[in-house]
Amino acid sequence: MATTLTPDENALHSDLLLIEKVKAGDLSAFEQLMRQYDRQIFRIALHITQNREDAEDIVQDTFLKVFQKLDQFQGNSKFYTWLVRIAVNESLMRLRKRRSQKTVSMDEEIQTEEGPIPRDFADWMPNPEQNYNQSELADILRRAIQGLPPGFRTVFALRDIDGLSTEETAQALGLSVPAVKSRLLRARLQLRERLSRYFRVPTGVQPQ
Amino acid sequence: MNCTEFLANLTDYFDTKTAAALRSELERHMAGCSHCHVTLNTTRQTIEIYRNDELYELPESIRTQLQQAVLAKCAAMKKKKEPCA
Ligand SMILES: [Zn+2]
Repeated sequence: MATTLTPDENALHSDLLLIEKVKAGDLSAFEQLMRQYDRQIFRIALHITQNREDAEDIVQDTFLKVFQKLDQFQGNSKFYTWLVRIAVNESLMRLRKRRSQKTVSMDEEIQTEEGPIPRDFADWMPNPEQNYNQSELADILRRAIQGLPPGFRTVFALRDIDGLSTEETAQALGLSVPAVKSRLLRARLQLRERLSRYFRVPTGVQPQ
Repeated sequence: MNCTEFLANLTDYFDTKTAAALRSELERHMAGCSHCHVTLNTTRQTIEIYRNDELYELPESIRTQLQQAVLAKCAAMKKKKEPCA
């Protein structure tokens, strides 16, 4: 009987098979790889750049680069982690172009020892996002995340939106595990603080 | 555990791999500290709201366009590499 693979191992296995096919000249295998991951790459790119056009370009450039560099893929890391790393680099490059006066890197705005301190301790309404229509909510979420340094929102996007593990995120970003953890905490707490203004239980109304 | 230690471990709380011992320590602290309790709950909501939002979806039509554009360029690159194939 064939051994049972976990879904994760299955994905890994089929990625490697597809890559072998692409290397042997099979473009439809590359199309499959792209279908598999283009949505995720778009999401990550959009979270980092906050610009849809840029994110679309990044999807293209990332997969083109992958196609060109596929020979360099060693197979000792997960294909997806490798792909994400390329996409993140492309995204940061775009950001740099847009804000040519400012440098953008993963190391930007490393803060002082002062830890992240929550200040707003109001409880939120249940399903608070339902109190806003779609475009209002989009606006709130976008504004909150735009205020984060790119290095923070990149970690948040990979870890919390895309669901990479801390180790995979560290690998994709070339950061240490403790650095990923501290950025993630700050990102989450800063977003929480910004959203709280909109989602908190109105004063004068006590839940319970 | 005090509030500072609670915060320092907040990120691990959402990690399914976190040891049960740490998890129950965090829960014990939360039971007696409404600030940390609110912080944890609203942080969880923050993550969920971002995760569920469709703001970041790639529309199917654009998706197809992008795929076709990439594949066309790949095909052109391949041709250049092996002119006799
Ligand atoms: Zn506390």
